[in-house]
Amino acid sequence: MPLTNQLKNQHLLWRAAFGPMAENVGELEQVTQKQLFLLLQKKSAKKPDALNVATNSLDGLVKGVQDLGRMQQLTQDQKKQMRRQSVEDIKNLNLAWLSEMINSEAQLREKMSLFWHGHFASRVINIYFQQQLLNVIRENALGNFGDLLREVSKSPSMLSFLNNQQNKKQHPNENFAREVMELFTMGRGNYTEKDVKEGARAFTGWGFNLKGEFVDRPFQHDNGSKTFLGKTGNFDGDDIIDIILEQKATARFITRKIYKFFVNDEVDNEKAEWLAARFHQSNYNLGQLMNDIFLSDWFYEEKNIGTRIKSPVELMVGVRRLIPMELEKPEMQLLFQRVLGQVLFYPPNVAGWPGGKNWIDSSALMFRMRLPQILTNADEFLIKPKNDDDVMMGNEGVDKRPKVNKLNVTVDWNSVVKVFIKTDKDSLMQKVNGIVLQTKSSIDPGVLKRYIDNTSREGFIKSSIIELMSTPEYQLC
Amino acid sequence: MLLKRKEFLQIGSLATASMMMPRFLKAFEKTTWVPAGNKVMVVLQFSGGNDGLNTVIPVRNDIYYKVRPHLGIQKDKALQLTDDAAINPALPFFKELFDEGNLGIMNNVGYPNPDRSHFRSMDIWQTASDSNQYVTTGWLGRYLDNQCSGCDKPTQALEIDDVLSLALKGNDLKGLALKDPKKLYNTSNERYFKEINATYEHGEAAADYLYKTLSETLSSADYIYQQSRRHPSLQSYPPTELGKNLKTISSLIMSDINTKVYYVSLGSFDTHVNQEIQQKRLFTELNDAVSAFVKDLKSNNRFQDVTIMTFSEFGRRVAQNASGGTDHGTANNMFFIGGGLKKKGLLNAMPDLNDLNEGDLKHTVDFKSVYATLLHNWLNANDEKILGKKYEIMDFV
Repeated sequence: MPLTNQLKNQHLLWRAAFGPMAENVGELEQVTQKQLFLLLQKKSAKKPDALNVATNSLDGLVKGVQDLGRMQQLTQDQKKQMRRQSVEDIKNLNLAWLSEMINSEAQLREKMSLFWHGHFASRVINIYFQQQLLNVIRENALGNFGDLLREVSKSPSMLSFLNNQQNKKQHPNENFAREVMELFTMGRGNYTEKDVKEGARAFTGWGFNLKGEFVDRPFQHDNGSKTFLGKTGNFDGDDIIDIILEQKATARFITRKIYKFFVNDEVDNEKAEWLAARFHQSNYNLGQLMNDIFLSDWFYEEKNIGTRIKSPVELMVGVRRLIPMELEKPEMQLLFQRVLGQVLFYPPNVAGWPGGKNWIDSSALMFRMRLPQILTNADEFLIKPKNDDDVMMGNEGVDKRPKVNKLNVTVDWNSVVKVFIKTDKDSLMQKVNGIVLQTKSSIDPGVLKRYIDNTSREGFIKSSIIELMSTPEYQLC
Repeated sequence: MLLKRKEFLQIGSLATASMMMPRFLKAFEKTTWVPAGNKVMVVLQFSGGNDGLNTVIPVRNDIYYKVRPHLGIQKDKALQLTDDAAINPALPFFKELFDEGNLGIMNNVGYPNPDRSHFRSMDIWQTASDSNQYVTTGWLGRYLDNQCSGCDKPTQALEIDDVLSLALKGNDLKGLALKDPKKLYNTSNERYFKEINATYEHGEAAADYLYKTLSETLSSADYIYQQSRRHPSLQSYPPTELGKNLKTISSLIMSDINTKVYYVSLGSFDTHVNQEIQQKRLFTELNDAVSAFVKDLKSNNRFQDVTIMTFSEFGRRVAQNASGGTDHGTANNMFFIGGGLKKKGLLNAMPDLNDLNEGDLKHTVDFKSVYATLLHNWLNANDEKILGKKYEIMDFV
């Protein structure tokens, strides 16, 4: 496939956003990458509206209970009710965010947020905590990494997930301090076990109340002197974060991870070093880092285009952006996430989703290749995802039987067909191909011809899009 | 004569499969088949955290009855195994297996710093990692990486499910999940998939990887389906999910398929409430399905080639809770079933209820040592490479 302007713009849209939309894919032949990126940036400049889906019934339950100590006042049944309600509300949070990814103009912000959602991975079944963490991430996604890190580190979601509530002067718990260094900032090899111990001492006392507010509990805090990464002082958690941010290793680690997510699994060391140095110099300005990447020439090199395996969420959202549709049962998207191994708000562990080839095994690939047909009513959904006992909480019978489901989707094919209004019949196939696939390899036209509906122009466009999406190539962007 | 015919059939089916393969892959194809009569491991996962103390019951332990006044299973109701231990009354076939010397029970299996989240603890068991370590490959996936580099099909490890567990995902190779051979065959038998696969030339590394997976899936689907029909099981199985799954496994074990590991789950054992009813229902399903499976293997003379291992992500707390159930705990027991066990019966001491860690059992056996034993002694694999460390090899298989 030649590196056309259209292809490069689509490349930008797949990486910095969730792929081209039917409504604007026609304009991509003309604009430059710079114009397009500046537009993406502009649309993401505004502070996002916070997502709020927590059911009111929970508020009543929580009201009056000021801190976790008094959580004991809730009966066993109330606690259970709270958890069940949280599970339901988190499903709604998932769908609400998914809808932002599909429809929001702030594509760059939502895409960055998805990256941070996997980076600051927290798996707690508490709707308030999850919602608050997501909003912290969405607000700071393109801002300053130091601010983001500090706010995440003070979020009840992360403090509870990594047991810092139990990190007390008398009994330090190292989990939080360790993951902040290993997974959130510097990565292995840039600190010692001693630094973990000393860091944990500095974080003692950091906790939260039931209203989901950060609290610094002075009586739990270890006021003694600590030596951390070569510095000695009476450090608290904020000091530790400051010292971590001073380290070039932090800028390097974050930059490499961003490079892997947005550019290529194979990191180009020279480019990454250049980016990291500028990121560090800018005092962790994420907006600038993303500029550096998306305004560079090397980002649009052939080796970076069509070579990344889409995550399940990117795959689903991408289909829904190119083909506008309304789902009668949007909750089916949660089942797809489960079958494909990426349920938002349920990362496998604090290290997040490993990504890349890890998304792909036989059954996952077969399902991915059927997804476009399922989403457009051409196929049934007959797969039973694995149960999650943390979510089911001993509730037998949920999802016991395999689901037999037609999705009942209303597809707005008109918007899609309109894209090709000026394309003559002979170049139609090539044009559809150029919009759907980003890869160098393509589907054998002879094979494709046998599966495409030739009876009408509309049928031709519809069937060729679906067939091209039902391929290994479409898994890549 | 028969053998020759089989060989012929294999070569025949291989030829069809290879015609459907993208050209760039053909060079890698191997024609080695694992001969029949070869050892097989079936991993049976109890999802949700099975209550080990009501599975193998310490019938002479006063503490047990004291902390489980309602939930404790009385000695006269349980099925006696030894003086000290009895088995849950819903598992009469396991008692039979115990008496005939085909059941091994390992008590107090766990790991240091146990995690009480289902997902995380299952992650630890499936990846065979330490509890402060995050590993993205499963122990059986790494077994594939290690044993099968150059194998042309991912059929060495099969999971009977719609979705593949992390346990079977390796770095380079992954097992294959199928609910049943027919369904897999039907899904992958779409002509379109076969044709795009056959005409694929060569692309970027990522595209090659996807086509390699597609290609293996299509040829494996064919292969598994053909194999599963070769010796349809004559044994009748209970019409439960586990019954059907074990019947599928049996039909494959009786064939000449090269599968070494089968993986299947039963659940949910998360018995916070009304444990007695829920555990009984699941154990009845387990008991009847395993009973049919063992009879099937025995009548086909394959029981000595098969070892079943059971595990759960954690056991439950020693004391009952206020809702007729038990909450998440730590160490647990594991069953080993097979005609090839070297040691049988109770393989180690029953849990010490006098020595608890805040109401939870302390583990005395690291589960990774159990994995090492099965990998080394049963599957003849390099346990140290697969587990990343040398663990004690035990002598039960």
